[in-house]
Amino acid sequence: MATTVHEPPKIDERLKGGSGNGGWRPLVPEGGEVRLVQDYAPPPASTGIWVAIAAISMTFAALTSALIVRKGGAPDWRHFTLPSILYLNTLILIASSFTLEIARRRVASFMGGPRTKAESPARWLYVTLGLGLLFVAGQYIAWRQLNAQGLYLATNPSSSFFYVFTAAHALHVLGGLGGLGRVIRKLGARTLKRSTMDATSRYWHFMDVLWIYLLLLLWMKL
Amino acid sequence: MHDSSAHAHVAHHAPPTSFIRKYIFSLDHKVIGKQYYGLAFIAVLFGMFLSWLMRLHLGWTNLAIPGLHLLSPNGAPGNVMTPEYYLQLMTMHGTIMVFFVLTTAPFAAFGNYFLPIQVGAEDMPFPRFNMMSFWVTFAGFVALVLSFFIGDGPTLGGWTQYAPLSAVGSVGGPGEGTGVVLWATSIGLFCIGQLLGSLNFITTTLDMRTRGMSLWRLPLSAWAWFITSVMGLTAFAVLMPACVLLILDHVAGTSFFVPSNLVINDQLQPHAGGSTLLWQHLFWFFGHPEVYIAIVPGMGIVSHVLIPNMRRPMLSHRTLIYSMGALAVLSYMVYGHHMFVSGMNPVSSIVFSFPTLIITIPATIIVLIWLGSLYGSRLRINSASLFALGFISMFITGGVSGFFLAQPSLDIMLHATYFVVGHFHMVMAVAAMFGIFAGTYFWFPKMFGKMMNETLGKIHFWLTFVGAYCIFMPFHYLGLAGNIRRYQAFTADYMQPLIPVHKFITVAALITGASQLIFVYNLIHSRFWGKPAPDNPWEATSLEWSTPSSPPPFDNFGGKLPVVYHDPYQYGIEGSSGDYVMQTSPEHIETKSDER
Repeated sequence: MATTVHEPPKIDERLKGGSGNGGWRPLVPEGGEVRLVQDYAPPPASTGIWVAIAAISMTFAALTSALIVRKGGAPDWRHFTLPSILYLNTLILIASSFTLEIARRRVASFMGGPRTKAESPARWLYVTLGLGLLFVAGQYIAWRQLNAQGLYLATNPSSSFFYVFTAAHALHVLGGLGGLGRVIRKLGARTLKRSTMDATSRYWHFMDVLWIYLLLLLWMKL
Repeated sequence: MHDSSAHAHVAHHAPPTSFIRKYIFSLDHKVIGKQYYGLAFIAVLFGMFLSWLMRLHLGWTNLAIPGLHLLSPNGAPGNVMTPEYYLQLMTMHGTIMVFFVLTTAPFAAFGNYFLPIQVGAEDMPFPRFNMMSFWVTFAGFVALVLSFFIGDGPTLGGWTQYAPLSAVGSVGGPGEGTGVVLWATSIGLFCIGQLLGSLNFITTTLDMRTRGMSLWRLPLSAWAWFITSVMGLTAFAVLMPACVLLILDHVAGTSFFVPSNLVINDQLQPHAGGSTLLWQHLFWFFGHPEVYIAIVPGMGIVSHVLIPNMRRPMLSHRTLIYSMGALAVLSYMVYGHHMFVSGMNPVSSIVFSFPTLIITIPATIIVLIWLGSLYGSRLRINSASLFALGFISMFITGGVSGFFLAQPSLDIMLHATYFVVGHFHMVMAVAAMFGIFAGTYFWFPKMFGKMMNETLGKIHFWLTFVGAYCIFMPFHYLGLAGNIRRYQAFTADYMQPLIPVHKFITVAALITGASQLIFVYNLIHSRFWGKPAPDNPWEATSLEWSTPSSPPPFDNFGGKLPVVYHDPYQYGIEGSSGDYVMQTSPEHIETKSDER
C-alpha cells in the first residue's frame, strides 16, 4: 500500500468545550484528512479535585454505613443532644463559603485586569481563612462540652462515632486551610493559577456540604 | 510535522541534580515506578520465603528448621514452629503478597513508569503526591515488617483480619495486640499511598494525553491502569477508615467491632455491643475490588504484550475495554460472596450469588477475545509472550473453580477447605505474578536499556509454569477431600492419607521458588551486563517505543511531545517501518481495528 503523509494537525474551533485531546472521538473525521484536535485540555487540578472529592465521599459513606450497621445491632446505643455550638459553627462554615466565593471572583477579575489598579483580593481570602480557623476552634469547643458531660471517645458507640466523624471532617478542613494558605502565598508571589484557585474553592465548598450532611446525620442518629 | 508546542502541558519540573532528588525523593514517575518495582521485588522474596517455612511445616509438622528461632525465639522454640507462629507467618505471607506485591508491581510500578509515557505526557500532573505515594507505601511496609520484631510478633488473624478476634487485643493470642495495631497502621498507610497514586493515574489519563491521543487510542495497558485506579480510589477509601476504627478499638477502648459478653480465654471482654459482621462488610467491600485491582493491570499488560507478538490487534479493542470496565463495576456488587458462611441472611447470599455468576461473563469475554485473537496468529515465542500465555492459562484454570464457589450451597461445603486456597492462588496470585513477569520481560529493555537473556527467561517460564500447576492444582483435590485450610497440622484420621500430597506440594514449592533465582540472576545480570537494547526491540507501536532513547530521557520525549495519528495497535499493515505503523507515524493507512 502506498503511503501518504498527512497535513500537520490543525485546531478545530468546533470542538471547544469537549474534553481534552479528542475525548472519546476518533480523531479522523468522516471523509477528512485533518486531525480534529484542540490545544485545550482541562488543567489536572480541576479534574484532580473532583477525584479527591469522590475519594473523600467514599470514606464518609463507609463511615456512615458503619454507623448504621453498628446502631442497628446495638442495644447499648445512647442518644445524646448535640452541643448547640455546632449550629453556630455551621453558620460560620457557610459564611466562609460565601467569603471564599467573593474572593474567587475578585481574584479572577484582579488577575484578568491590570493588576496595579485593582484592589488585591487577598483580604477576602484572609477572612475565609479566619472563619475556617474559627470553625475548627468551634469544633474543639464542642468536644470540650461533650467531655464536660462525661461523653468521651470510648464512652458509648454514639459518642465514638461523633468524635470520629467530626475529627475526620476537621482534619479535612485543616487540609483546606492549608490549601487556602497556599493560594494566598501564590497570589502574593503572582504565581497563582486560575485552576488552583478554582480547585481550592471547590474543595472548600465541598467541606461545607459535607459538614451539613454530617450534621444532619449526627442530629438524626445520635 | 511534530509540533513541539502541540500540548498545553510543558516542562513543569526541571531534571534534578542532587543524588537524593534523583534517586531517593525523586519526582520523576519513572524513578518512582522503579522504586515501586524494587519494593515489590523485596516483598515477593520475603513473602515467598515465608511460604517456604509454612510449606515445610505442613509437610513435616515437627521438622526443626535450622535458625528459625533466630527469627522468633517464642514462635519457634527448638527451631520447631508453634501453631500460633504458623498462623502469624500465614497472615504476613497473605498481607505482604496481596498488598505489597500484587497491587504494588502490576499497578503502581508498571503504571507509574509507563502510563505517562503511553498517554504522551512528560510526567504525572502531581509529582509530589506521586513521590509521597511511594514513601507512604514504603512506610507501610516497614510498619508491617517491624511487627516481626516488636512485642509478641506479627498478628495471626489472617490477611482479612476478621473482627472480633482482631479487635480484642493480646488476649486473642500472640500478635493480636501490638501486631494488629501495626498491621492496621501499615494497611492504612498503604491505602493513603494508593489513593494518592490513583489520583495521579486518573488525572494523567484524563488530562495529560498528548495531541491526537483520544481515549480510544490509549493502549489496553493504559486502559487497565485507568480502570484499576478508579477501583483503587473507591476501594482504598473504604478500607482506610475501617483500619482507623480497628486501631481505635485497640488503643482508645471503643467498641466498633467487639460484641457484648464476648469471653475469650475465660476472660469477659470489656467492650460492649459491637458488630461482628461490620468489619467483614467494610473489608470485603474493599477486598473484592482488590482482587480485580490485582488482576486487571495483568489483563492489560498481557494484552499489550501479546499484540506485538501476534502482529495483529485484539479481535475487539473496545469490547475488551468494556469488559474490563464491567469487571470493575460488578466487583463492588459481589463482595458478599466472601461471607456466605458468616451467618449473613441466606437471602443476601442469593443476592450476592447472582452478580458473582454474572461477573464471569465479562471475564469469559476477555478470555475468548484473547483465545480468538491468538488463534492462527503465528505467535512470536519469547519469554514475555510465554508468560502472557501462562497468565491466560492460570486465569482460566483458577476462574473455572470460581463457578463452583459462586454458589452458596457449594461454597458452604468448600469455603473452609484448600479448594478456596487453590482457587484464589491460581486466578489472582499466580496469574498476576505471570502478568508481572510478562511485563518485566517485555518492558525491561525500555526501563534499563538492556535486553534480558531469552534462554534463561524461557527456562524460568517452564519451571514456573509447571511448578505453579504442581503446587496449586492439588489444592483443589485436597479441598474436595475435605482438607481444612488455615490449620497448621492435619491430625484428624481422614486427613492422614492426604499428607503425602502436602509433601509433594512442599517439594514443588521449594523447587518452583528456587527456580525464581534464575529470574533474579537474569534481572541483575542483564541490568549490568545485558546486550544493549534497541529503542523498539519488539517492533511495537505504542508511545513508549517512540521515546528517543532507552531508558527514556527525563522528560520522556526529549523536549518534543509526540503527536498521535493512529489507534494503538496497527499491525499487519504495510508501513514504512515494516508490517506495523507507530502511533506517532503520520503515514496514511486503513485503520485495522474496530475504531470506526
